[in-house]
Amino acid sequence: MLVIDRLSKIYPNGVHALADLSLRITPGEIIAIVGGSGCGKTTLLRLAAGLESPSAGGVSIDDEQVWAPHPAIGLVFQEPRLLPWLTVGGNIAFGLDHLGEDEKQRRLREALARVGIAGYENRWPRELSGGQAQRVSILRALIAGPKVLLLDEPFSALDALTRANLHGHLLDLWRAYRPTLVMVTHDVDEAVLLADRVLVMQPHPGRLFAEVPIELKRPRDPLSEDFTAAKRQILAALGRATH
Amino acid sequence: MSEVGTQAGKAWRARVFERPAFGVWRGRAGVFLAAIVLPLSVAILYEIAFRLGLVEARLLPPPSRILATLAELAAGGELWTHVTATLLRVLSGFLIGAAGGTLLGALTGSSQAVRRLLDPTIQALRAIPSLAWVPLFILWLGIFESSKIALIAVGVSFPVYLGVMGAIGNVDRKIVEVGRIFRLSRVQLARRILLPAILPEYVTALRSGLGLGFMFVVAAEIMGASEGLGFLLVDGQQLGKPEQILAAIIAFAILGKAVDFVLLLLFHPLLRWQDSFSRSVEPSREA
Repeated sequence: MLVIDRLSKIYPNGVHALADLSLRITPGEIIAIVGGSGCGKTTLLRLAAGLESPSAGGVSIDDEQVWAPHPAIGLVFQEPRLLPWLTVGGNIAFGLDHLGEDEKQRRLREALARVGIAGYENRWPRELSGGQAQRVSILRALIAGPKVLLLDEPFSALDALTRANLHGHLLDLWRAYRPTLVMVTHDVDEAVLLADRVLVMQPHPGRLFAEVPIELKRPRDPLSEDFTAAKRQILAALGRATH
Repeated sequence: MSEVGTQAGKAWRARVFERPAFGVWRGRAGVFLAAIVLPLSVAILYEIAFRLGLVEARLLPPPSRILATLAELAAGGELWTHVTATLLRVLSGFLIGAAGGTLLGALTGSSQAVRRLLDPTIQALRAIPSLAWVPLFILWLGIFESSKIALIAVGVSFPVYLGVMGAIGNVDRKIVEVGRIFRLSRVQLARRILLPAILPEYVTALRSGLGLGFMFVVAAEIMGASEGLGFLLVDGQQLGKPEQILAAIIAFAILGKAVDFVLLLLFHPLLRWQDSFSRSVEPSREA
């Protein structure tokens, strides 16, 4: 269980990015976090990933305090951030040094096939499209088997078709590896499509404003009435949050 | 110029140069041909003018005589003595200078405290024209090999120093963060992220260092040497043999290019991932 306990962050320049945020996320849950710019979404993920330290409060995973990047918590950035000097295979296996070569190759092939880019292990990152690169980046974070995967607007730079495609891949991966997913997004459709719970945040300082559970069965139909109703509820909360 | 103008210019260039007539310059052999068309025609024209008695060749000998001189020097074994002497000086100076520049650049590049401490002094030293050190080096190290190598090493070290320091500063913070997420130790971070990230800029720095190394070996050899390509230059001047000077210049050009190519070749396996790098080594690939 990922527990965020009264987390606050004040940057040295005085910006109060996050104030007293508490959250409990059960294993395997998919959480989407939405909110206007400056509401501390990215700060929340960076703190949970251990990349920055909180001004007050803390993050823990299975009762273990997170002070620095933790093996049980993976992070996918907004940009793929692949290492250009490693092949696709080298990038995905970047965190698999502890495994033998055979096991590494087996996991690699399986992972690539799962997201529809089988046989790409020897390509260079520069040869990939944006969607392919982001798939590699997600695999790199997932392959080591973290309990929690944090995603910071991972699809925001992609076109609508590619994005829809990657939503499918992400859900496939979730079914296969069952990690907890915590995703920051500015796309309400994306949030309703993927999440079990959508958290709406409020800016200045960043804090939790509302929580909308999405109890629709998967696969979800974006054109259904229930989907639209959930969307309307979130949009209304977002409107009130930024007032 | 408006953007439209630039685009029109591009289209024009595309039309003119991508036409089949220019297809000759494509492919590896084509690129090579294109490169030597100009110097080769000048040489041939000059040779013809000389044969027809149109030019007085006392100060600028025809290509045939320069080639003959080169062949003569090569056959007598002299050329190899001079080439070896020059090459050894450049390589020893280069290795010392590059090692020093790399070490200092790595220190100032990775620690701000060290940079504040060392960089101003190094920049001040860099402002001194390297040749100004010669009298001091000769006093300290004598007139033989050591002072020459010291001069070359000093010349090589500055571009390498600047290149390494700059390359470390240019490493993308976002990529370093990937290393942090994977909990790399400081040593692992240096080996798996920083080193590969700075390699392309490092090779560029080494190449400009090597270029300066050749510049300073000429200076050192002109000032006093009994062998080496630089000696061949001075000797040609004193004996009034311009063909020997030109032969030595050509030998310098070939040697410089060859050593640069070997350097590039050594690093090629490590830089295969780089788009621009593959292009400069294998110019014909996308043709």
